[in-house]
Amino acid sequence: MSDATRAEVCAVAVAEAFRGDGEILVSCFGTTAAVGARLARLTFEPDLLMTDGICSLLANVDPVSGDKPEPVVEGWTPFRSIFDLLWGGRRHVMMIASQIDRHGNQNFACIGEHAKPKAQLLGMRGAPGNTISHRTSYWIPNHSPKVFVEKVDVVSGVGYDRAAKLGPQTSRFHDIHRVISNLGVFDFETPDNRMRLASLHPGVSVDEVVQKTGFELAIGEAVPETRAPTAEELQLIRQTIDPMGTLEKEVRS
Amino acid sequence: MDKRTTEAEAVAELRDGMTIGIGGWGSRRKPMSIVREILRSPVRDLTVVTYGGPEVGLLCKYGKVKRLVYGFVSLDSIPLEPHFRQARQQGAIPEVRELDEGMLQWGLYAAALRLPFLPTRAGLGTDVMEINPELQLVTSPYEDAEQLVAMPALELDMAFIHMNRADMLGNGQYLGPDFYFDDLYCMAAKRRFMTCEKIIDTKHLLSEGSLHTLRINRTMADGVIEAPGGAHFTECPPDYGRDEKFQSKYAATAKDPEAWQAFRAEYLDVPEADYQKKVAAE
Repeated sequence: MSDATRAEVCAVAVAEAFRGDGEILVSCFGTTAAVGARLARLTFEPDLLMTDGICSLLANVDPVSGDKPEPVVEGWTPFRSIFDLLWGGRRHVMMIASQIDRHGNQNFACIGEHAKPKAQLLGMRGAPGNTISHRTSYWIPNHSPKVFVEKVDVVSGVGYDRAAKLGPQTSRFHDIHRVISNLGVFDFETPDNRMRLASLHPGVSVDEVVQKTGFELAIGEAVPETRAPTAEELQLIRQTIDPMGTLEKEVRS
Repeated sequence: MDKRTTEAEAVAELRDGMTIGIGGWGSRRKPMSIVREILRSPVRDLTVVTYGGPEVGLLCKYGKVKRLVYGFVSLDSIPLEPHFRQARQQGAIPEVRELDEGMLQWGLYAAALRLPFLPTRAGLGTDVMEINPELQLVTSPYEDAEQLVAMPALELDMAFIHMNRADMLGNGQYLGPDFYFDDLYCMAAKRRFMTCEKIIDTKHLLSEGSLHTLRINRTMADGVIEAPGGAHFTECPPDYGRDEKFQSKYAATAKDPEAWQAFRAEYLDVPEADYQKKVAAE
């Protein structure tokens, strides 16, 4: 579909990150990530579990904007059971990253020295436990050299180099799956698990990505284009999941 | 048995340098009337263990905190507690012990079970290990020989929690969607005080909510304090939601020393009854 916006392309790329996940809990941060996860559930991953953002599991899909349907609660996930669930591994989280490096080390704790940060951000939150316990992806709406950095100030989410140092036993559940930005899709499917440009969103050039990335990416000879949304997907996004189009505020076309 | 007491009696037991745990989560069901009592007390050099909300910003602002043990400090609708942010960026918290959220639970659970530590993978490979130099590794004694973090028990001198209902014996009941970690704070502490919206007769507890809402039994509480509005301005459903307007006003004072002094004089350096009257009138 040629009339898809960049934000809608991103949402479909997010949905694709959840393909094959089956019956696990999906947790998302950021509007576009939330739209993408719902899209996956309404199309090719109907078994995904999602919460209402508090502690109920919803059997129906909760739109990110517009009128909310009556929730159909299928389960209860107080914080106590969330840590059990995530350490048990039946989860795929899509977190944000204030900084990320070529190995997938992520920081959203603070900028500068931890002892006296220039900017206190969210803190460690659940990133250490998430990244060592189950599949993790990242959604980055503002691809820039300030986010894609040579070295993160503080490591809150574990990257592949650090996981490798922990040895195969401890790191066996570590799995940084995809990084999706407003410019493209990235993965770690290289011999030494360095970040690779997996696809470019329509209208984005390799040069633009290189220019806006603060480290050297692995780039193949022919980089494919990110899959375009289908007509059905666009209809679901625009009419069911995000009728107010709030994802357009996160990623400008 | 009658464990009814007051915030003043509870806080009178606090000594400089003690380790305290504060129940709730972010800006949800926090024992704020106790926190306000601590602010008015002379106690200092506290180690505070918490899934942090406004109590962290307030205790830091009043210079009460020597060491902070936490996974995050948030006001929920305002993702980062602004007074905490300020304290961090000024380097005003002497000892910062930031953990993964799950590690905090594990430390409380270890203390609750009187174990020296509980093993976990969380923290490995991250700067949690550098930020918390006390953390040690442990090797599985079994065939796998996996190396794990030995999350030490977070033993508390005192714990403070807020419940929807309680009886005077020390049985506590939450009526909202989540019990958070309140039972673990109580089990991890030597002295435990529970504020509640309403003290009711034991025989009426099950008229308020199902059996499963009776999360705190009387082995977990030494004192019970009736404190209607005691969690304000944090949420305490179904009794009341978060007072977003008041929370915004509190948050805005982080950037304005004069506004902070006015806020403090009006709402904090006054008795709890006056606080409750003022917020009810707004």
